[in-house]
Amino acid sequence: MPNATLILLIILLPLAGFVMLGIYGRKYFQNTSGIIGTTLMLISTVLALYTAYGYFFEYVKVDGVYQPLVPLKYTWLQFSDGVSIDMGIIIDPISVMMLVVVTFISLMVHIYSLGYMKGDERFPTYYAFLGLFTFSMLGLVISSNIFQIYIFWELVGVSSFLLIGYYYDKPSAVAACKKAFIVTRFADVGFLIGILILSFYSRTLDFNTLIERLTSAESTEFKSAVAASFMGISALTWGLVLVFIGGAGKSAMFPLHIWLPDAMEGPTPVSALIHAATMVVAGVFLVARLFPVFAISAPNALSLVGYVGAISALIAAIIACTQTDIKRVLAYSTMSQIGYMMFALGVSKYGGEDGLGYTASMFHLFTHAMFKALLFLGAGAVIHYIHSNEMKDMGGLRKYLPITHITFLIACLAIAGVPPFAGFFSKEEILLAAYQNNTAVYWIALITSGLTAFYMFRLYFGIFWNKEAHAHGEHKNEGGFAMMIPLVLLAVGASAAGFIPFGHFVSSDRTRLETEFHLMFSIAPVALGLAGIFIAMWMYKKQNDRPDKLAASLNGLYKSAYHKFYIDEIYIFITRKIIFNLIGKPAAWFDKNVVDGLMNATGNSTKDISETIKGFQSGKVQSYAIYFLVSIIGLALLFIYIWK
Amino acid sequence: MIEPGLYHMLFLSAALFFIGVYGFFTRRNLVTMLMSIELILNSVNLNFIAFNKYLWYDKLDGLFFTIFIIAIAAAEAAVAIAIIINLYRSHKSIDVENAEELKY
Repeated sequence: MPNATLILLIILLPLAGFVMLGIYGRKYFQNTSGIIGTTLMLISTVLALYTAYGYFFEYVKVDGVYQPLVPLKYTWLQFSDGVSIDMGIIIDPISVMMLVVVTFISLMVHIYSLGYMKGDERFPTYYAFLGLFTFSMLGLVISSNIFQIYIFWELVGVSSFLLIGYYYDKPSAVAACKKAFIVTRFADVGFLIGILILSFYSRTLDFNTLIERLTSAESTEFKSAVAASFMGISALTWGLVLVFIGGAGKSAMFPLHIWLPDAMEGPTPVSALIHAATMVVAGVFLVARLFPVFAISAPNALSLVGYVGAISALIAAIIACTQTDIKRVLAYSTMSQIGYMMFALGVSKYGGEDGLGYTASMFHLFTHAMFKALLFLGAGAVIHYIHSNEMKDMGGLRKYLPITHITFLIACLAIAGVPPFAGFFSKEEILLAAYQNNTAVYWIALITSGLTAFYMFRLYFGIFWNKEAHAHGEHKNEGGFAMMIPLVLLAVGASAAGFIPFGHFVSSDRTRLETEFHLMFSIAPVALGLAGIFIAMWMYKKQNDRPDKLAASLNGLYKSAYHKFYIDEIYIFITRKIIFNLIGKPAAWFDKNVVDGLMNATGNSTKDISETIKGFQSGKVQSYAIYFLVSIIGLALLFIYIWK
Repeated sequence: MIEPGLYHMLFLSAALFFIGVYGFFTRRNLVTMLMSIELILNSVNLNFIAFNKYLWYDKLDGLFFTIFIIAIAAAEAAVAIAIIINLYRSHKSIDVENAEELKY
């Protein structure tokens, strides 16, 4: 049994850092706050690794199945029998894996920020926010109760909001943080309604009980959830779809992805931590958490997850090919990779060999965290050096940033799916799972993987080769050890993580899943990936006019992809033109005239009445006495003659 | 010589009461108004005593009430005089017409 105190410590150490640095940081720890935050995070990481080791290797499995354990459960708000909001810890393969991923990536970002954010005036605040985020994310992954996960879900949203808007004197950052918050909040409404539907029919908020009740065909809860229907779709499916909408908002799935590219206004390490490696996979994690219910009871909802994931993956990849801001390219690439994870879940089934997609999705989540964090941190080093996000300001940096160059190349190879780097293994599993279950999704995935290789190497060649850069910052180095150590560690992770036999640890029914390796099957995606790389090399290695010619020949497609398929504009049209005019303005009129009018009428009549009768309070004691006497006489007459 | 009975007492009490009320409404001097209140209170006392004596002479309730009222009247006089003194300090007058700032 894992030690509850240790797990609690993993979560509470970052919170302690947040409280301490948030309250006293500016006063006492102006320079040391980074060290404090990093140390706490280091302890947390070590404890997480220890817990993971204990869970996966020392804990005795029952019949070869990892048991989901609840080492701590505190009933917080009891509504009725069985329905309560608990604060608990659930330990199962995915939560343990996420504990490791979140603490490790967070630690890397903490160390990296020591160099990247050095000299920033609000340094302690920055570390405080990082602590808050890490705490919320860790709390999210170990939540044993669906409402607890919702609480932490919102906390994650808040800390993301705070960190995107960290440079609050930049109007674009302010707009971006508001956009992120509003879009994800909008999706979270779906999540909340989904929670209410699921908990109403299952009569519990506890994850284990809920999954148990909604997956067994005999239970009364399951029958009632399936029997109740709305618009021809069962309540259970509705609930899961709504929960997925929440997940899609957080994970930037089409069409709720519009906040993610703008979120890149935050400091680059934050983008690496939140908008690449950890927070955005919360939606994937949520679907994975409820996966048995999706897979067994609502295959329709699950196939929706699959199609949304596949479409997001493709659209994001196309957009990424045209963007020139390096962080935006990475943002779209993140969205594309999360699309992979989503559709891997979507094509998966529950149990045994059919659960390959589930394992593949979690595996990709794990490897993606490594190489995407690495890409962002590498991009951070480039931005730190050149003081610009635009690709046109970059080029030929391989001579000036040798370590960044090598690690960035490793990350690009990993994401492009070149063996033997990490991304290859997880992507092959995903493609295999898609191939076995849904051919349409498989073809989308295959095209996307080619595009992925192309745009990543477009980025790589654009930054490190191509022309000579003409803008140079005052930093004549790569940012010191603090920034290089995480890059190297993550590069090791991105190269080696693929060799972990992931199916042994994480699978849909928590048994041991042997993932086979099909050489013939891998030829197509790898060939496509290499083709993408070579096309990118041909176009971008040296400065030439080929990219412009290609863009000109694909005029319409290029333009619409460059403008992100006008999705932002559609949103603005819907909100400004339709919602504001049809709902907002009438509501404002109603509020101003009817609601306010009613209130004003009450106030005015009170005022008028008091104006007329205030003369009674004249200050003359004897006139009061007369009123008193007359009233008493009146009352006396009343009682004597009328009421008897 | 007629033995005084209940009605005599009630007449006297009623007379005292209305003299007190009249004084309270017509006098402007606060001390005089206080004295009028004492008259009203004492007319009530007289009522209690009279009813006790002529109707329930074997009981003591009326007497007790009277004693209570006397005690309360003493306390009330103390408070009232304190207020009057303070008023005099601030207004240099104990005329009730001069103390009418406390209004709307």
